[in-house]
Amino acid sequence: MGIELISANHAAGLAATLAGRANRGGRGFCCGVYPITPATDCMEYLCSQDIEKGTVVRVESEHSAMAVCIGAAAAGARSFTTTSANGLAYMAENCVTAAGLRFPVIMMVANRTMGPPWNIWAGHGDSLMLRDLGWIQLYCAGNQEVFDSVLSAYRLAEDERIMMPAMICLDGFTLSHTIAQIEVPDQQQVDTFLPPLHVPHQLGSTPHALGQIEVAHQVTSHRRQHHDAMAAVFEVYSRVQKEFRSIMHRELADPVVPYRLDDAETVIISMGTIGATAEQVVDQLREEGQKIGALRIRMLRPLPAALIRKNLQAARRVAVIDRDISLGFGGVLWGEIRAVAASDMLVQNYLAGMGGGDVRPHHIVEIIEDICSKEQAAEPIILEDLQ
Amino acid sequence: MREPVLGGSVQTPQDRKQPLLRAGNMNCGGCGMSSILQLFSHAVAERDIKIVIPACCGAITAAVYPQSAFDAPTILTTFASAAAVATGVASVARLNNEDTRVVCLAGDGGTYDIGLATLSASAERNENILYICYDNEIYGNTGGQRSSSTPTGAATSSTPTGKVEAKKDIMAIMAAHRIPYAATVSIAHADDAVKKMRMALDTGGFRFLHILSPCPTGWKSEPAMSIELIRLAVRSGLFPVYEVFDGDRYVISIEPDFSDEALAMYLSLQRRFRKSGITESTLRPEIARYWHGLRTMSGRIVPARRV
Repeated sequence: MGIELISANHAAGLAATLAGRANRGGRGFCCGVYPITPATDCMEYLCSQDIEKGTVVRVESEHSAMAVCIGAAAAGARSFTTTSANGLAYMAENCVTAAGLRFPVIMMVANRTMGPPWNIWAGHGDSLMLRDLGWIQLYCAGNQEVFDSVLSAYRLAEDERIMMPAMICLDGFTLSHTIAQIEVPDQQQVDTFLPPLHVPHQLGSTPHALGQIEVAHQVTSHRRQHHDAMAAVFEVYSRVQKEFRSIMHRELADPVVPYRLDDAETVIISMGTIGATAEQVVDQLREEGQKIGALRIRMLRPLPAALIRKNLQAARRVAVIDRDISLGFGGVLWGEIRAVAASDMLVQNYLAGMGGGDVRPHHIVEIIEDICSKEQAAEPIILEDLQ
Repeated sequence: MREPVLGGSVQTPQDRKQPLLRAGNMNCGGCGMSSILQLFSHAVAERDIKIVIPACCGAITAAVYPQSAFDAPTILTTFASAAAVATGVASVARLNNEDTRVVCLAGDGGTYDIGLATLSASAERNENILYICYDNEIYGNTGGQRSSSTPTGAATSSTPTGKVEAKKDIMAIMAAHRIPYAATVSIAHADDAVKKMRMALDTGGFRFLHILSPCPTGWKSEPAMSIELIRLAVRSGLFPVYEVFDGDRYVISIEPDFSDEALAMYLSLQRRFRKSGITESTLRPEIARYWHGLRTMSGRIVPARRV
């Protein structure tokens, strides 16, 4: 175990490198990569690494980057790629394939606002666009969490009961370019944590075809299997957490991260780095005697609905902060929370930080003031309307 | 050459035990791709292959899950991805020191149009892939729309009065990538075809085979005439059969007799050329121009063997 001073982009690249090397006893490691701001540093990091029984293919597009990962996984290898915003949109078609063919591809997404009009800064709209494809989605709030999430995503996604791709999301620039100290395990620890990958349906020596035409009842039955595998994620994840603890001597964060929720009447729900700011605000308002807590949703797919409900038992009102907008509806996270929250709970949506706008503690204080003045929920509120 | 010359229908001791394209596949009668796979089955023999197929008729050929019409491990990919997925499969084979040939089987839509960037990038990286384009000159799967491979004058469901633009020269594009081996293949010349397929299978790096593939459904031709149509296209000089080594060494494989009669028959046996009024005399100047270029590139001014 060592300490590294490293950006979140590099932390993801380092985790993938260690995971790649760990499969040298298996079918190896093969990635397709393509640059896009703000995820570029991650692919550059991979391109500078010497990976035993591993190769990084510098392709001509994100679409092909994911295609290389699909080919690698079809041949039984571990893989990784990284992208952002329009790159993710361009890759989307093959993201469908990776999920549909149940390949455990791991991808880091530096969340960035979709354009044009061009904007390279944070926004969750890119990965949320792919919410329903059958990928596990994790949203991170710190460098260590990014590293741990990438590493453990391999263990989770490659479990034979799960066998599906996973997306590790982090706010572009806000987190991707933040440099912080993280604990990095030795290769030997990673080797223990990540046994060689076995893709049960890989292209072997017997003739079988992957991705053929399916008729309605076959589609239904495969969607059901995939949906059931999603449901199994929670149990497998808690086992991964246990293993992680015993090998890395550190905690792997839960699917949702509660903060001072015990007697909280008002709860701030968010994803990504806004969640870290929310915790700061909770401390501040708790000192003033307010019964405030925060809940950061780390795992959006599968949605840990039972865990969210459990954490909201004491709450009377919930402020859901979205760094995205489903135009014509409101925040995507708000929709999710509304679907799982008790029917009599006041769930108010605040849309903030779009286009990479700063979400500072005073913004969250304003949100709290606003929701505490409400008797019932209103339409989603765009933060600048509050000011 | 001691190869079977009966369009791949004769089993010899060197052949695959099982045909690559199994009975019960979903191809139309007279499909050129069926003939290609029969010839390819001879060429592959006991070699280990993995097949990558983008969206195209070949994806339908595989038939409905869980049966497969292909006697080799196969992955069906998105339309523009074949060469990139094959890159992943081939890279992992290399990492594991496996003697496997990764073969893309793609139509002209996935090669000339939507898959061109992916194809170009894989060729530029000189990936260890054999890319076979079975060119039926239309989007067959979707009901026969024009592609950039559709020849001038051919009516398609999106150019009902005949395509105006010329057919894209995919071989020139591939040669410009300086890949180790590129060749055009005629399914009417089985010995030459199998020889080239073996050459392509056993060469390292990126290899490209361009095979004109009749589509009776889209060409509005008789299924039984498919192989004969290709023979006419070769004889008339319309479909030149040649090899390109390392992008600059051109070798003409079959010398046509440039018969106008063959060209006229090629056109008249397909209803797709009927509406545009295209004739052998309209096609002749372009054929002459192409052959002039080929002769210059191959350094062969005097015609060789005629067929």
